[in-house]
Amino acid sequence: MNAKPNIFQNLDWRMISLYLLLVFFGWISIYSAVYDENHQSIFDMSQSYGKQMVWIATSLFLALVIILTDFKFFSTFSFPIYFFLLIILIAVLIFGKEISGSKSWFQIGSVSLQPAEFAKFATNLAVAKYLSTLNVNFHQFKSVGKILLILLLPSGLILLQNDTGSAIVYVAFIFVFYREGMPGAILIIGLVSVVLFLMTLLLNQIVVVIILFVICVLLVVFMKRNLQNLVILFGMFLIMSVFVFSVDYAFDNALEAHHRTRINVLLGKETDLKGAGYNVNQSLIAIGSGGLSGKGFLNGTQTKYNFVPEQSTDFIFCTVGEEWGFIGSIVVVALFVALIIRIVIVAERQRSKFNRIYGYGVASIIFFHFTLNIAMTLGLFPVIGIPLPFFSYGGSSLWSFTILLFIFIKLDSYRLNML
Amino acid sequence: MIENKANEGRKIVIISIIVLVGIIFATRLFYIQVINDKYVLSANNNVLRYITQYPARGLVYDRTGELIVFNEAAYDLMVVPKLVKTIDTFQFCRLIGIDKDDFIRKMKKAKGYSYHKASIFEDQISKESYGYIEEKLYKYPGFWVQPRTLRKYPIPSAAHLLGYIGEVSPMEIEANPYYAMGDYIGKSGIEKAYESELGGKKGLKISMVDVFNREKGSYQQGAYDTLPIPGNDLYISLDIELQAYGEKLMQNKKGSIVAIEPSTGEILALISSPTYDPNLLIGRIRSKNYSELYNDSLKPLFNRALLAMYSPGSTFKTVEAPIALQEGVVTPQTTFSCGGVDATPIKCSHNHYSPLNLIEAIEQSCNPYYWNVFRKIIENRKYANTREAYVNWKRYVNSFNLGLTFNSDLNIERGGNVPNPEYYDKYFGKGQWRSMTIRSLSIGQGELLVTPLQLCNVAAIIANRGYYYTPHLVRSISRNKQFEEKKYEKKYTLVEPRNFDPVVEGMYRAYSGSHGTARRYQMDTIMMCGKTGTVQNPHGENHSLFIAFAPKDNPKIAIAVVVENGGYGNTYGTPIATLMIAKYLLREFERPPYEEDLFNASLISRY
Repeated sequence: MNAKPNIFQNLDWRMISLYLLLVFFGWISIYSAVYDENHQSIFDMSQSYGKQMVWIATSLFLALVIILTDFKFFSTFSFPIYFFLLIILIAVLIFGKEISGSKSWFQIGSVSLQPAEFAKFATNLAVAKYLSTLNVNFHQFKSVGKILLILLLPSGLILLQNDTGSAIVYVAFIFVFYREGMPGAILIIGLVSVVLFLMTLLLNQIVVVIILFVICVLLVVFMKRNLQNLVILFGMFLIMSVFVFSVDYAFDNALEAHHRTRINVLLGKETDLKGAGYNVNQSLIAIGSGGLSGKGFLNGTQTKYNFVPEQSTDFIFCTVGEEWGFIGSIVVVALFVALIIRIVIVAERQRSKFNRIYGYGVASIIFFHFTLNIAMTLGLFPVIGIPLPFFSYGGSSLWSFTILLFIFIKLDSYRLNML
Repeated sequence: MIENKANEGRKIVIISIIVLVGIIFATRLFYIQVINDKYVLSANNNVLRYITQYPARGLVYDRTGELIVFNEAAYDLMVVPKLVKTIDTFQFCRLIGIDKDDFIRKMKKAKGYSYHKASIFEDQISKESYGYIEEKLYKYPGFWVQPRTLRKYPIPSAAHLLGYIGEVSPMEIEANPYYAMGDYIGKSGIEKAYESELGGKKGLKISMVDVFNREKGSYQQGAYDTLPIPGNDLYISLDIELQAYGEKLMQNKKGSIVAIEPSTGEILALISSPTYDPNLLIGRIRSKNYSELYNDSLKPLFNRALLAMYSPGSTFKTVEAPIALQEGVVTPQTTFSCGGVDATPIKCSHNHYSPLNLIEAIEQSCNPYYWNVFRKIIENRKYANTREAYVNWKRYVNSFNLGLTFNSDLNIERGGNVPNPEYYDKYFGKGQWRSMTIRSLSIGQGELLVTPLQLCNVAAIIANRGYYYTPHLVRSISRNKQFEEKKYEKKYTLVEPRNFDPVVEGMYRAYSGSHGTARRYQMDTIMMCGKTGTVQNPHGENHSLFIAFAPKDNPKIAIAVVVENGGYGNTYGTPIATLMIAKYLLREFERPPYEEDLFNASLISRY
């Protein structure tokens, strides 16, 4: 296999096709979600669907620029880009504009940009750059510390903007680290923590500890009973018990009231259909009423008539569910799964460690957004502001995901030219 | 390079996690979209508003084609409690013009009915406030204005008969699920009797609203909408001019006038006094006015023409004479002597020569004569005993529809009372009663009770010489401009026509004879026939009764008048009946001087 002379022939058109499909589907969903009889044209610039068209056009232009950029630029300037974004994140805290409680916007003319969105690909570049340098591994305290620092800086700054959704995204890198040699136990501990967290909130903490104790006793019965195993088991039991009690304490004291309510509503401990539960309930109604084949394009009522909040941004999937039904929803889910898996496969074929890590970062970030966003609209996860990649209305989000993906496509197109 | 490949197996774990999430989502989607259908309902609840389209109620015309009941637009403020968001109650109350306690009470009432269904929050807002309220209402989701129709009566007459409409009660909804809270239904009179004709059929409009309850057009281009079907118009037999005239004659008197066209049974006038303006029982003023009328000691809501029962007194002689003639116990020439005020067992209240024959005894209303006639009937040897003879007599009386209801289209009525023999058996003991014991029946007193409607029907039977049609109000129903005539069958008494002729003659002489009880009110232009009744009663002064028909041959109107505590039959009964007949037959006539006296006469102090 040799590199072809024309750069466009080296591009992975499968990824690009999936990208284009998602962007197009997203655009017509936005059109349908906020469809207004008085502004019937999808190109009407006074409406969000008209504006989204401009965002799409500029995104494609950005993609072209990235493809035409020298591939070495991204690995070379990883850290400068990262630090530049950090400065922007600090600047937005000082000069930014507050929109619905989050001070995370720059107003440039009539356009609002959200630096937190762009911090994603910048951080991904920095992580890839740092992890691909020699002598960095997950058994060195110093390395782990630096990696965490790379993540915590943007994440913390975004948290200061009061944008929980964008801050939580950096957890996605756990998949990258896992692929790059992080002990598998950490991934398991992460998953166990989430399960324990939810169990503690759902059940009484004492009950959870009793369940843990029973599991430990069973393990003692069936495991080889040597001193080492017993000590490990006892230690784990102790740690988990402390975790359970501290979750309860944190839930009552550390979380803000509206987060607590949202979690409680999700867990079915509170039914407040007019307050925090309203969004989830309306979202379920919209999707659920779509049935098998949906109500048809532009025939949705729940999103169009504003019963679903944020219907063109965070809850855009409701329009898909309502108008295209189960079939359309499955198609969208499948497109996302296909794209993410494609990215993973393409990442695996990279010979450069930087490229691979960057690719895994892209897959992880998109996967994390996709999972949290859809889970939220399906009532499986608390409502946090997190957009659906390529779908949700918004220039910053579309630009940043385009840049994120196309840098990888660019890197991939040079995989055969390397070395 | 080696390191690159070290963890390659982990990509399987990561791809598995991605696929797992996809499967979880697919499962969840399948569950909420395909299996569970509660979300479809919720979506419909969100977006669809079922708006009842109320049909225009049918109109009512009188026999001359005069429009007497029509509709006027009104607006009800409706509420669906579930959709009501937190609102500025103070502002809202100011807009509607109620206070906070009203608001809480009305809200509680609406919630008590249903959270999800619409009910009336404030009824019948005027046209002026409607415009103002409608403009501001978008601020208050859950509230909207529903156009309605109100009844209007251009001539403030015939209130009892026409009846009124009101909001359906929970009991009525239970009886007929067609009705929903907030609908209107006929509550009395022909509004109730002809509800199924007048009411029409409700239509339904399904429209879509957005989250702010703003209308967004019709659902599926109106494919599921139905248009309301207007009610059918009624053409009733009432002569509204005659009705209004009768009400004026009866003002400040308790009692009743009923007039019937004998050849058809059509009711020409049905007056219950005191009456009220039917326009009082419409709209928001209804409940206040209703309780005022309800608590009035003169009981204006009570329809005396159909529900009040009086002894017929001497008017009953017109029933007794044909029975006696039919039984062959007397002839028109039979005479009985009269001892006047000293007569036993029944004294005569009229000063006349003696003896009188049957015709003269009607003309001059001789009580002892009819005691003798009654005795002849009851002591007839044809029958084994008094009881059997009485049963036979009662059969005759019942054939005049006395002691029975008509089951007419008047919605409510009473049947009066003709005692069963069992009643006397119980009262006096079996075989212990004779004609003497029940003698008061002979002069229409005692246990004998009739309603003014029945009394008028007796006059119609005599006018027809032996038959009648069930008295009724509706002549025809107009369905889509197609008239449907109401048919009634002819009903015969057990007396042959020839046996009515002497009675007709006697009643004619009551007006025209030199000793007639009604001679003072004779009119040259009309051959009138009448019979007075002066009814003793435990409530003070005698009731003044009169039955009449005219003209003598081929009669056009039969009438009965009852004026409670009015004294002699010819004090109020005769002049009122005479004027009513003249009014109906002549329309314009030279008004006798007593007309004005009757308008002004007040018996209120006697009640």
